[in-house]
Order: sequence, then structure tokens, then C-alpha cells
Amino acid sequence: MLEQIEGSQAVAKAIAFCRPEVICAYPITPQTHIVEGCAKLIREGAIQNCEFINVESEFAALSVAIGSSAAGARTYTATASQGLLFMAEAVYNAAGLGLPIVMTIGNRAIGAPINIWNDHRDSMALRDAGWIQLHAETNQAAADLHIQAFKLAERLSAPVMVCMDGFVLTHAYERVEIPDQAQVDAFLPPYQPRQVLDPSDPYSIGAMVGPEAFMEVRYLAHDKLLQALGVIPEIQQEFKEIFGRESGGLFHSYRVEDAETVVVTLGSVAGTVKDTVDELREDGARVGVITLCSYRPFPLDGLRYALQGAAKVIVLEKSLALGFGGVLASDVRMALQDTGTHVHTVIAGLGGRPITRKSLLRLFGRVERGEIKDPHFLDLDLDIVRREIDNQRGQITAGPIAENILREIGPRAAKVV
Amino acid sequence: MSDMTAEQKVKFYQKGTFTVGNRLVDQARRSVQGSMERSNAITSGHRACQGCGEALGARYALDAAMRATEGQLIAVNATGCLEVFTTPYPETSWQVPWIHSLFGNAAAVASGVAAAMRVKGREQVRVVAQGGDGGTTDIGFGCLSGMFERNDDVLYICYDNEAYMNTGVQRSSATPPTARTATTPAVGPEPGNVFGTGKNLPLIAMAHNIPYVATASVSDLHDLERKVEKAMAIRGARYIHIFVPCPLGWGSASHDTIRIARLASECGLFPLFEAEHGEITGSLPIRRKVPVEEYLRPQKRFAHLFKDGGDGVARIARLQRMADANIARFGLQREAEETPL
Amino acid sequence: MSQQHPDVPFAITLDVGSSLANLTGSWRTERPVYLDRLPPCNSACPAGENIQAWLAHAEDGDYEAAWHEVMRNNPLPAIMGRACYHPCEGACNRSALDDAINIHAVERFLGDQAIEKGWVPAVEAAPSGKKVLVIGAGPSGLSAAYHLRRLGHAVTIREAGPVPGGMMRFGIPAYRLPREIVQAEIDRILAMGVALELNHKVEDIQAEMKDGGFGACFLAIGAHLAKRVNIPTPDAGKILDAIGVLHEMETSENPPLLGRRVVVYGGGNTAIDVARTAKRLGAEEAIIVYRRTREMMPAHDFEVEEALAEGVILNWLTTIKEIDDSGSFVVEKMALNDEGWPEPTGEFDTIEADSLVLALGQNVDTGFIAKVPGVEIAKDGVIQVGPDMMTGFEGLFAGGDMVPSERTVTVAVGHGKKAARHIDDWLRGERYEHPPRHELAGVDKLNTWYYADAPKTVQPELDVVRRQTSFDEVHRGLDETNALYEARRCLSCGNCFECDNCYGVCPDNAVIKLGPGKRFEFNYDYCKGCGICAAECPCGAIEMVPENI
Repeated sequence: MLEQIEGSQAVAKAIAFCRPEVICAYPITPQTHIVEGCAKLIREGAIQNCEFINVESEFAALSVAIGSSAAGARTYTATASQGLLFMAEAVYNAAGLGLPIVMTIGNRAIGAPINIWNDHRDSMALRDAGWIQLHAETNQAAADLHIQAFKLAERLSAPVMVCMDGFVLTHAYERVEIPDQAQVDAFLPPYQPRQVLDPSDPYSIGAMVGPEAFMEVRYLAHDKLLQALGVIPEIQQEFKEIFGRESGGLFHSYRVEDAETVVVTLGSVAGTVKDTVDELREDGARVGVITLCSYRPFPLDGLRYALQGAAKVIVLEKSLALGFGGVLASDVRMALQDTGTHVHTVIAGLGGRPITRKSLLRLFGRVERGEIKDPHFLDLDLDIVRREIDNQRGQITAGPIAENILREIGPRAAKVV
Repeated sequence: MSDMTAEQKVKFYQKGTFTVGNRLVDQARRSVQGSMERSNAITSGHRACQGCGEALGARYALDAAMRATEGQLIAVNATGCLEVFTTPYPETSWQVPWIHSLFGNAAAVASGVAAAMRVKGREQVRVVAQGGDGGTTDIGFGCLSGMFERNDDVLYICYDNEAYMNTGVQRSSATPPTARTATTPAVGPEPGNVFGTGKNLPLIAMAHNIPYVATASVSDLHDLERKVEKAMAIRGARYIHIFVPCPLGWGSASHDTIRIARLASECGLFPLFEAEHGEITGSLPIRRKVPVEEYLRPQKRFAHLFKDGGDGVARIARLQRMADANIARFGLQREAEETPL
Repeated sequence: MSQQHPDVPFAITLDVGSSLANLTGSWRTERPVYLDRLPPCNSACPAGENIQAWLAHAEDGDYEAAWHEVMRNNPLPAIMGRACYHPCEGACNRSALDDAINIHAVERFLGDQAIEKGWVPAVEAAPSGKKVLVIGAGPSGLSAAYHLRRLGHAVTIREAGPVPGGMMRFGIPAYRLPREIVQAEIDRILAMGVALELNHKVEDIQAEMKDGGFGACFLAIGAHLAKRVNIPTPDAGKILDAIGVLHEMETSENPPLLGRRVVVYGGGNTAIDVARTAKRLGAEEAIIVYRRTREMMPAHDFEVEEALAEGVILNWLTTIKEIDDSGSFVVEKMALNDEGWPEPTGEFDTIEADSLVLALGQNVDTGFIAKVPGVEIAKDGVIQVGPDMMTGFEGLFAGGDMVPSERTVTVAVGHGKKAARHIDDWLRGERYEHPPRHELAGVDKLNTWYYADAPKTVQPELDVVRRQTSFDEVHRGLDETNALYEARRCLSCGNCFECDNCYGVCPDNAVIKLGPGKRFEFNYDYCKGCGICAAECPCGAIEMVPENI
């Protein structure tokens, strides 16, 4: 049923149809509406036979999830930003133990300076923890990916993060096709744990493994994520058969068949990029866009194939590897190594900075004209950073540069929000 | 004659009342550890040091919990000695379903397991979480407090050996004043750990008003088993803090593990008590009181207190005052009402 | 690789109990070993009783089994429970905790139960066809006869007096040892088929052995000739001897006439017995005169205390010089010299009294024995025997008060048992070897923490007024509950009583419990040698032995 609904509520409803058994959460903006929605659905009886546990920290949230999942319960949690970092140790642990937990990340910047708005540096920080990371482009995708995520997690016995942009998706009202219970039940079988804590068949989970077997354990975990490259499209297909929608998969291509320049991106910004592409196409430019759905595992071969016709690739990412450059861009370069395809790194939208069509149009132009250096910071106020850098020159201290900049741009920042 | 008989009621367990087993005692009142059918939740072949108090305490506690639950038990373990010495790949010593996740999250993982059992309608399966003092009083404290506050159906057991033994004997918030550890070396004007304000986790647990809190010691098996069984008969969050000497970390002889634990209680430094819903409901009276010196002396971590030249005497006196305060606070010096078996 | 579940994650998840593959026994530098040590009570018992073993039966409430265990060594539990000075209790480790086990009271309880219930000892051995003559029906003779009978021999006791019992009748007053008890235990021995011939004074041992076809003879006539000391007196009739007084109490219709004020000279148990007897016969004053101090009195302290409670007066550091013409007793005060020995002071005093009873010890009537070839009389007039209790004459054994040793009923019973074993071997042409003794289980070997506080049960006593006027038994027995309590106070020093401590305290589960009555075994595959089992064994039945590394 099509509903005009907030992204978070859509996700909560999708979760409800998945018949979760344990949901635990610690509130953090912008994840709150999701877990509030879940709590309400449980209280209302829309989700039955499910424990909602209000924990005292994100670390506890995922730890409770580890316990319940290991004990055979379908388990869900959600977090964002600082919360994800606070549970970082447990993130690695859940993956190491092979527990099929599904967790929503309402992607949000990481402080300091503290910032509640969207970028991808939180989930990027934990991209190599052993979780499958799926990125939603729309709220429809967010809802659908959660349903797929449980199936994927449980089929592989691996945890899945569903990343959706904070505020941009979580708090946005869009039309979302909400599935019905029968469809979800037909798609998602009950959880059959690969291993479970059970007095009638005991074993020890979480042994200490030394150098003699640790490499093999890690290799097997790597291999499991590589297997997901095959399983994700299978599940995409299974989903389509029941729900009739294209949802999920490794990535989505938009007008790339004959494109000379292709933008590769993640998450909700794809919508703006597509609009820009459409506008440029009207002017005859051969541009397209690929939106990654599965960031981990990373579809190296698929991307390489999809980008074989492109001369230029612009990686537009809401993340930044400080002191290095693009995160996603590095991965795309890995996919395109030895192809000669030129890859531009464009860092954009950090901490919620809007990525506008206007900026993107200007970007395409500058790329076309070969004007940008790598990495390129979209809409960066160079005046401020130059002045601050000049101020600091010769008097290097560990002082809070960010705060100085904030002071400078204070009035403008207020305008942005 | 009849007066005498009345006065000296025959206790049918006179000989060896405090021993592990007692063939003269009614079957139902015999200890789990004396039974040939005990579960041996931790079996042989584990890699604990010789005379490890924690290996002993954990088997005591879990075997008792196994009997109380008729084998319907899942154990959760924090990182630490107990975890490391029982489960180095490719061998585990556990015979119960067991999971280790992280150092600081055992209480939360246990909450999750308990939630899963509840939601699956398997509430007969009970959960015990366990950790050392570091995993409990320091890094795991947040999760533990959360578990208490939610009153999750978990028995959390802290095996307190008063320092981070697994990492090589560093100070924890359970390390007693003056004790030498690798991070509180016995040098300088105040050798060993400082006299802080203390962090009494049983009392903190009680402040959560949880249904049951107790302290126990490997030196008193019957008391320990009784407390575990009592805890398993209660639903909700429960906490038992078990004193487990560490020969390696304390610099004591491996054969002295139980003796030292006994002295800790008999001098008053480790009081044995229990509380329900935040109120102390009982304590185990000291049977043969000893001065703290008798407890301190066999341990090398306190050796600096007995060296000439320092102010060891004054510092021992300060420890004695701590012990005396416990004795007063928990009413430890009184006639035993009834042999606690 | 110990993984069996094919579907669980590699290495991270492991099958339970797989650490059994890791044999930690290789860490060990010392190994625990179970051993049996000799309990101090058993070690101290002159009759060689296995006290700990019978207390263990009593602890279980199996009094009949307990009694049979007593009877393996001592045929007179009801008597010994009363008359023995119980050195076992003096040795008992429990005194380091609270008080010694009241062993004699439990023994007496068992003995009385046996009489009441008619329990009889079994004669297991097949008839040997051999005959043994026992001379003297005192405790030693009766004990030997009993043991010889149990070993299958035909035994005849020849007793010079009109009643059996010897010093049990003539040396111990009835208020300490009721006569019906003595009779009952003697009757039980006789009922086993031991022949008793009374009023048969043996004069020629060799002839009687030969005529009766006895293959061996045990001589146990005791020591009943009173020692005298020369005290000048105008009236020799005033001076009596203790053994004579006590004998007369048993055999005469009329009690001996001692008068209103009686002086007893001596400091041994017999002196106490006579003084207390005198009180019961109506003496207003019974005064014990002893030349040394109270502490130096050979009499047992508890008996002295009881006597004082009954009004007996004690006059120590005093000697009697003479009885003067007026009938007054002239006494001299003594003082201890630097070495602690009494010396005369030259200070004199007088005591008014009606009679003087000498309680200065007894000698053996060796007259008829000296005639036997090879028999050697030691100094002090006792018969010399070898370690096998045999005299210099082949086949003639001797024991009890007539051989060199402490003179107590218990020693006598022990001699009887020991002699019987050697006689049995001698008759069979074998040699009895006592098994090697275990190391003593001293209190330092125990971990007494594990024993609950349990003070000794005090036997009820007759009130003092009745004690001063009657010969009713002073000490009463334990009833079943407090006998059980008392038995359960036993610490089982040196011998595993299956308390499960080792099994419970092993951090490595390296102790195997074999089941009730089967004790334990160490599993050296896993034992790391920490030594907790040995340290926490309450009774000292484990020791740590270095490994050969």
C-alpha cells in the first residue's frame, strides 16, 4: 500500500513485518524516529512476540543484540554517528561471531565539532568490520533493504548495516509502497540460526584463536562477504518476484549505457545527481550515474564492467579520509585499475552541507574543462580555509582550527540550515 | 539428663561440617561439588595457573547454577583470565552453552540472551554472566548497571581477584589499598595501591534495588552454593561477587588459595553478606577472627608492609580499621545462629 | 582439530569439553598422594583398639558394628569404658579445638548397649584342636582367653579366688565399676566356650600344663601383695593395706572397720579409691597423706578432683613418721629442693585418726613361678617376658600387672590380646609380625577449619551427697543422642573419611571420586600439583611428593 510516510516510520513498519524478536536501541539523532516507531508498534501490538530493550549505550545496544542473536532471536538495532563509533568494538565482534544482526545507520557526521547532519563518515569508519553495508537511495529503498537485509544476513550468517542518510531520508516524508505481512512472510522465512546457544546442544562460541588459525578465520570472513556479491542479486531477484519492485542489488545504473562521464555515488544524493544528469542529457551531454547499493562487499568486477564505456568517472562522496582523500574514490579506482579511466574524487556534503543541482552542474562543467584538482571539495569556502591556514602558518599549535572557521562562517552556517 | 539432651541437640553432620561433602548429611542438603553427578561446567584441561581461585569459583558457581536449573543454563563470559584459560582454540573446557563477546559487555550480552529466551518461550533456560573484577567493576560497569536497572533476568557473577590478572596484574578499581600491582609498584613514599574511597560493587548493585545481591568466597563452598541456588530461584537481575585469590598476581603459594580466601573473610576485609531489594538480609559471622596481618602476610603483593623502615605498621593499622568497619557494618562478630550448612 | 559440528564457524566455535585433550599433568612439580596416618588415639591405646574405626561406625549410628570393631581388640568395652584412664583422650587432637572426644563414654555406651541387646562376638576361626591354659581370671587373663577362643583354641582359665575379675573387682570400687557390668562381660566370654575353674590355685605350672594337655599357658595372676613401709606403732591393727581393704569390700559380708577418721598414705589411684571408699563407709574425714606435691601425684587429676568434691582431704608434702603412744600420727612436712624433689624439713605435726591405710603399691606373688625353669624375675619382682610376651620357659607366656609395664586394666587387656596372637602363632609354629606402623597424624597435619565447634559432652554425675553415702556409680552413661554426637566429634585424624574436600577443591577436576567407601583417586593426567587438596584435607590424609623431573 502506498503511503505518504516519514522515512523512519517506513523503516519501522518494514522491520515490523520482518517479525523481529529482539529490538534494542539507544537514542541518537537521527536514528530516534525509527526506534520510537518500533517501540510504538510493539506497544500497539503490531509487532508481536518481540522484546524492546531500552539500553544505556550503543555499546550495550549492539551487545544485547549479540546476545539475543546468538541465542537464536531475530535481532534489530539502529544507531548513527557517535553511537556507531561507541559500539565499534561490538560491531567487529558481531561480525566475527557471524551473527545475522540487522542494524540501521542513520548516516551522520562525526564530531568534533559535534554535528548532527548527514554525511557518511560514520559507516565508512567501520566499513571493514565484516558487516555487509547496504546504502539506501530513497525511503522506498530503505524500507525494502531492511526486508532484504534479514534474508541476506541469515542466509550468510553475517550482520548487515542498512545505511540511510540522516534527516535527508530518515526525516523526509515520501511516498513509500508499504508491503503487507503476507508478502514479507512469503519472502522471509523464519530465522534458522547456523549456531545457537542451547542447553540441549551446547558449544562454546567466541574462542580465543591464535596465530595458528587466525589468518584462516579472517580469510573465511572475507570469503563470506565475497559470497554476498552473489547472494545480494539473488535476493534482489527473489524480492522482485514477490514485491514486483527492483530493489537492492549491488548497484543501480542510470543512463550509463553511452555515457562518457559517469558519476559514482552512494545514498540519497543520487536523486539530485540523476536530476542533474537528466538536465545535462537534455543539453546533449553523455553523462550517467551509478549508485552503489552494496558498499561492502564492494562490487569491483561489476563496477568495472558497468564503467567500461566511460572515459571519466566522478566519485561523489560524503566522506573523507583525512590526510588522504576519497574513500569511495579509492575503491572505485581499485575497480578501474589499469583501465586508464580517469577518476575524479569529489568530496561533498560533509556535515549536512547541501549538494545542490547548481553545484553539480558547475562541477560537471569544470570536470569537462579539466579544471579540478584531485580531490575536489565541492562548495568549499576557500577564503575561509586560506585565511585560517595563513593565520596558522608559522605558529603551529594544536588549536581548534575548526572552531575558528566556524566563527568565521557563523552567519552563513545558520543560513544553510 | 533430659536437659542435657535438649541443650546439645545432635547435629547429624558434626564431623566435617564445613567440608565439601558429608556422608552424614541428608542427600538434599549435600553440596553440588561433593556429588559424583556434578556438571563440571569447566572440565579438566583448562589452562588456568596452578591453584587458580577463579577456575575453582567458576566451577563452584556454575555447577550450583546447573543443579538449580536442572541443566537449563547458558553462560556468558567477559574477556579475561577465565575466558582465555578455558577457550583457546582448538579446545574449550566448558560443558555448558557459553559465549564470549567482549571485555565490557558480558552483562548486556546476557540481557540479550535472556530476552531471546523470553521471547522464544524458553524461560526455563536461565542465563549467567561472568567476568573478572576488571570486566565488572571497571570496563563492564556501564552494561552491568544497565542490566541491573532494567532488572533483566540475569545472574551476574564477578570473580574478584582484585586486579587485571590476564594482562599481567595491573590495578583495577577492585584492587585493595597498598596492594602491589604492575601499575601500582611497591616503590616510593606510598608503595602499592593508594587508599582511595573504594568501589564496593555489591553495595552499588544494592543501590539498584535488584532482587538479590551477595558476596561469596571460594573458601566457603556451602555458602557460595546456597547463594547461587538462591539467586537462581529468583527472577530478575541478581549479582554475586565471589572472592577468588590469584596465586600468580598476589604472590601466594598455589596451595594457599582457599586458606587466603578464608583469611580475607575471617579478618573482615571481605565480608560475606547478602541483600534483597537493596536491604541487607544476612551476613556470615566470622568463626575464627584473625588480624589483617594474618591475611596480608602470605601474599607478596603486601610484602612491603612488613619491611623495616617504612610506615607499614600504620598502613596495616589502616587496613585493620577497614576490616573493623566491615565487621561493624555487616555485624560479622556474633554467635553463629545455626551452622550454615 | 576437535571440531565436530560441521556447520558452526571454524575455530571461533568449539565443541564442549574438548580441553580434555590437553593433559595439564605435565605442569606438575609435586604430586599429591593419599596416605593413611596413625591417629593419636589409636597410637595411645594400650589395648591397641582402632578407636577411630569404631567411632566411624558409631557416627553412622551403627552401634553394633562399632561394638564389633571394639571387640576385635578389647573384649570388655563396658568395663573399659568405665575403668580405663583413656590415654586416647589425652592424645586426642580435638583438644586443640575444644576438648578431646569423650571416647571412653562412647565405648561405655557401646558396651552397655551390647549387654542390653545381648550382642555376642563371632568365633570365626575353625577349631584348632589346641588347648591353652590361662592362669588368673583378671582382665589380662580374660582378654587372652577371649582372643585365643576367637582364634579357635580351647581355653581353660584357672583362678585362685572365688570370683573372676581380678583387679576389676578387687582394685576398682563399685562406684566406678558396677559389679553387674563386670559379671556380664565375663559371662559373655565364658559363653563363647571358655572354661573357668574357680578356687583353683595353680602351684605347679608345668604339671598342670602337662596333665591338662595344654599346648601353651598364659600367666596373668596380677600383683596383689601390698607394699609395706615401716611405721612404728603401738597398735599394728590400726594399719591396713589398700588392696586388702578393697578386697574385703568385695568378699566380706561386713565392710572393713576404718573408723571415723581415716588416713590414706600414698598418692596413686588406689589411694584415692580407698579414701573415697572410706567416705562412703561413713568416715567423717578421709585424709590422703602424700609426700610430694599435688601435681606430682600419680593419681589421675580427674579422680583427685572427684575425691575433693566428695570431701576427701589432701595433705601433700607430708610423710608419716610414726603413730605415737597416744595414737596420734606424727607427720613431717616436706619441702621441694632445688631439683624439685621433696626433702624433710624437720617440722613435725600430728594428725588424729582411727586408722591408716597404706596405698603404696603392690608386688607380684612370684613364689610358684620362680620354680619354672628359665623364668626370669626382673628387679621390682616382676616376671621378665620377651617382645612376644613369652617367659624364659617355652610356651609359657605372661602379662598384666605381673610383667614390667604400667599397671592398668587397659594395659592388661592389651597384654592379653598381644599374648594371644603370639600364642596362636607359637602353637601354629609361626611368628606374628605386627604390621609397620603409619606415621602419626599430629595436629599439625590437620586442617581443623572444617570441623564445626562441638564441645565435649559431659557425662552427668551423681550428686555429691549420694556419692558420699552410697556406692552407686558416680558417672552415668551417655544416651544414644549424645553418644552419637560425641562420636561425630571425631576428626578422623590421618585417615580419609570421604569428606569430598579434595574432590571439591581441585581447580582442575583432577580428583576422581570412586563412590561411598571407595575413597578417591588422583587423575595425574590433569593434576597440576597445586597442592590445594593436601592443604585443605581436614584430616591430613594427603601429602605432596616431589616429582622426579
